Amino acid sequence: MAITRDEVAYLARLARLSVSDEELDVFARQLDVIVGAVARVAEVAADDIPPTTHAVPLTNVLRHDLVTPSLPRDKVLAAAPAAEDGRFRVPRILEDEA
Amino acid sequence: MTTTMSTPATPSYDDVVARYEPVIGLETHVELGTASKMFCGCSTTFGAEPNTQVCPVCLGLPGALPVANEISIESTVRIGLALNCSISPWCRFARKNYFYPDMPKNFQISQYDEPLCTDGWLDVDVDGEVVRVGIERVHLEEDTGKSLHVGGATGRIHGATHSLVDYNRAGIPLVEIVTKPVEGIGARAPEVAKAYVTELREILRTLGVSDVRMEQGSLRCDVNTSLRPIGTATLGTRSETKNVNSLRSVERAVRSEILRQAALLDVGERIVQETRHFQEDTGRSRSGRSKEEATDYRYFPEPDLVPLAPSAAWIEELRGALPELPSQRRHRLATELGASDHDMAAMSNAGVVDLVAATVAAGAPAAEARNWWLGYLSQQANAADVEPADLAIAPEQVARIIALVADGTLSSGLARQVVDGVVETGQDPDRVIEGRGLRTVNDTGALTAAVDEAIAAHPDIAEKVRGGKVAAAGVLVGAVMKATRGQADAQTVRSLILSQLDAEEWTWRT
Amino acid sequence: MSELTQLTAADTAAKIAAGEITAVEVAQAHLDRIAAVDDRTHAFLKVDAEGALSAARAVDDARAGGKPLGPLAGVPLALKDVVVTEGLETTCGSKILAGWIPPYDATITKRMLDAGIVILGKTNMDEFAMGSSTENSAYGPSHNPWDLDRVPGGSSGGSSAAVAAYEAPLAIGTDTGGSIRQPAAVTGLVGAKPTYGGVSRYGLIAFSSSLDQAGPIARTVLDAALLHEVIGGHDPADSTSIDAPVPPVVLAAMAGAAGDLSALTIAVVGELGGDGYQPGVTAAFADAVARLESSGAKVVEVSCPHFGYALPAYYLIAPSECSSNLARFDAVRYGLRVGDDGAHSLEEVMSLTRQAGFGAEVKRRIILGTYALSSGYYDAYYGQAQRVRTLITRDFAAAFETCDVLISPTTPTVAFPIGERIDNPMSMYAADLCTLPASLAGLPAISVPCGLSEGLPVGLQVMAPALADDRTYQVAAALEASYGRPLIDEVPSL
Ligand SMILES: [Mg+2]
Ligand SMILES: [Zn+2]
Repeated sequence: MAITRDEVAYLARLARLSVSDEELDVFARQLDVIVGAVARVAEVAADDIPPTTHAVPLTNVLRHDLVTPSLPRDKVLAAAPAAEDGRFRVPRILEDEA
Repeated sequence: MTTTMSTPATPSYDDVVARYEPVIGLETHVELGTASKMFCGCSTTFGAEPNTQVCPVCLGLPGALPVANEISIESTVRIGLALNCSISPWCRFARKNYFYPDMPKNFQISQYDEPLCTDGWLDVDVDGEVVRVGIERVHLEEDTGKSLHVGGATGRIHGATHSLVDYNRAGIPLVEIVTKPVEGIGARAPEVAKAYVTELREILRTLGVSDVRMEQGSLRCDVNTSLRPIGTATLGTRSETKNVNSLRSVERAVRSEILRQAALLDVGERIVQETRHFQEDTGRSRSGRSKEEATDYRYFPEPDLVPLAPSAAWIEELRGALPELPSQRRHRLATELGASDHDMAAMSNAGVVDLVAATVAAGAPAAEARNWWLGYLSQQANAADVEPADLAIAPEQVARIIALVADGTLSSGLARQVVDGVVETGQDPDRVIEGRGLRTVNDTGALTAAVDEAIAAHPDIAEKVRGGKVAAAGVLVGAVMKATRGQADAQTVRSLILSQLDAEEWTWRT
Repeated sequence: MSELTQLTAADTAAKIAAGEITAVEVAQAHLDRIAAVDDRTHAFLKVDAEGALSAARAVDDARAGGKPLGPLAGVPLALKDVVVTEGLETTCGSKILAGWIPPYDATITKRMLDAGIVILGKTNMDEFAMGSSTENSAYGPSHNPWDLDRVPGGSSGGSSAAVAAYEAPLAIGTDTGGSIRQPAAVTGLVGAKPTYGGVSRYGLIAFSSSLDQAGPIARTVLDAALLHEVIGGHDPADSTSIDAPVPPVVLAAMAGAAGDLSALTIAVVGELGGDGYQPGVTAAFADAVARLESSGAKVVEVSCPHFGYALPAYYLIAPSECSSNLARFDAVRYGLRVGDDGAHSLEEVMSLTRQAGFGAEVKRRIILGTYALSSGYYDAYYGQAQRVRTLITRDFAAAFETCDVLISPTTPTVAFPIGERIDNPMSMYAADLCTLPASLAGLPAISVPCGLSEGLPVGLQVMAPALADDRTYQVAAALEASYGRPLIDEVPSL
């Protein structure tokens, strides 16, 4: 199960990482080794074994529908790379909403 | 012969549905009316200053964690029960991963292969015929923030130089209701779509889980449409039309998409599986920008939330406490009000079913109550740009006015003035009648004087009437009515005038 | 070096409470020590002298006002930079968060402040806690006080370096696959990973949500237990927090120090030892087992056949979750923004920012996790890894049928030289071989010093059933007591 350079490029796009050409080569080589190693999980036959997503088996942890104070807006926007008119300012968006 | 690829000739709707079978599906997103957001305590109040209802959780700040709002779970289960769904005894939230700036974590907490409610149905009435719409699933997720696109001409994303993001809406609980494909409805597909959303909205309103305001986005609809040539079995490629934000648009969106797809299929083109955006102004949709690659949402169970396991006892408790649903209620009221399906549909469209029922309950005959609420009262509401229910007149007051007409105290014209008076002053009908002197004048002595005055003032007309032109009497009647400020009964006035002038009501004689 | 920096946390608190020393003196002594040695250890990313002294003053004032003080009031602490602190820069060892001033406190930050603990500053770590050496920090590695050319372990390596170099008596670490236990082991310290859900994660910058857990790092078992009780316990802001009392770890540490383990059966995990383990580690571990036996414990051996799959399962689950957790660093609401020059779209700015703001290991894991979750691969990778997790949990359950705790070396080797493994991810990942099973099963585990190998510390790991954290402290305290004095005493004074 080799992982190709193209595959890494696709994954990097999906993950919003504009990786360099050299990095693509390095990552492809390293990920190939890593994926080869982790693919060992398939060795244990486990079709009838339920997956564990939560180590502690809790259910129905809920909160009451109560309003609590929000953050002051100046504090919220203080960390923003750019803000305008009380909102977060971002460069032009290319894609439509999903 | 040249054909442009982009604008094939548009066939007529009737022609299209004679050849193609439309299949539709609807995805409806409903913002729940909880006080606080889905996973944090921020307020959900609509219209607040931007970014004033946000906290570490709904801003997706590093380290913040979600805790689910119990009312949102309860509301979702109630919606599922009202839509005849099975409620999952155990299910999990999942993360839907994709990047978009109005989504603070760049994943949406949603549900994937384990929705809270599955496999239900909703019967909708289309022109007196019942169509059963299958419900695939009802699940719970969080809403996104809102972007304002700046610098372009239209406020749209295209042409904008930058965007401004407000996260007040981010994290508001959103219920997604997905239908199964609706087939076999032929030409009625647009009406079915509209009837479904209308009925769903009524149910949600009855449950009290949302304010279901389409114009404010608390109820949003995506419409899937596909066509297949009649007689074939496989589903055609579907498009998804988003941004359908009024009941009228639901119908228009389906119709325009049927026409668009048929035009393409007719010239042998393929339908592209795509997202389209409905535009209220033109009634058409435009294609969403096609993505460079298919989206891979990489769903996985949300590790920050533990599974939901609604107990059977709790589900039964909620089921038992469901309010009377709109269809049950309509059924009951149709019987109680003796109304036909057509009458019921008219009342429901006008939003007066409750009002008519209450007016009847206050003693008015059903037909009268219906006529008042569908007629003059609806007109007044329209003129004032409010819902009939928001008019400042109570069903009991309407019932009282109807009774006064029935016993001859009021003419129908006077009754309207009484309605106006009630709406204007907030007083009861009897006070208004008293205060404005609106009682019908039946005192013949006073009327005769007024009639004599009118005849004296219009000698030429009086002469015409004497000469047999009975139709001309209307002018004199009008003059008398004006003189008596409308308190006289027009029919009585007319008889008096004719007898004073020795004229007879014109009748057909053989 | 001031004597005040050599006291245990327990003694420091007791002396402050008794009025023998002031919290301000203690804080100042540690700030002085940091000033003297941190250029060599690089344990801290940020020292908050002002905040520390004012917190210390508050404790002194409270005492003067006759208010009761908690068991750690006035004790300084080094806080891993993964924990959010209101008003104090929090970077998680990453360039992408450089300069970020959080507008809120983590639950454990709040609990420590409420307990009168004096936070000296934020410690270095592998970027977003991904690593076993701190070499993945965007701000340069920390150095092991035992040998400055060696790593202090990771990802909580700044915290372990700080405590081992007497820059602080206590530190907070976080452990996803061993990031408390492994650095504690290679710096001669005690480090405990509580039961998953035992300590709130609210305000811990998430790496792998289903595994992350904060815990104490200290020079003694009792000190670690005292800190555990301050930070532990139910938090309604964390849905995965267990609504149960904190296990009585302080009592257990005290009981263990008495040295009587005769009521306990201790099992050595057969799979966690042998080939690939340094002889010095194996020898120190064997000596420790003998000591536990002479404390009266019954020692047996058990087999946990699926532990060998812990590493591959972990390196699927943790990267998958991190690929999603780290998506929020997108140049929109906080943190770095690169390429916003009017020419680039938002999508490009996001990609340029993430490319510039994340280090190589973080990118590697994000790509690996994106792969493991993508459609077509999910079942074979993420899904299968979660099944392996079930099998490992079952191995533990079966083992605990026959014993009270499991033990193993904490790490296969002592601290390795800086630079030795940085270009070979798989060899770096192997540092967590022994700590991963308890992480995947959500179980409590502690690392306690068990001797030296060629002058470098070796750690022994004790693992117990969920919510039996106290057992791990009891066994650790008994082993600690068997050496007479803490092994950390032999650390070079710098
Ligand atoms: Mg959705
Ligand atoms: Zn919030």
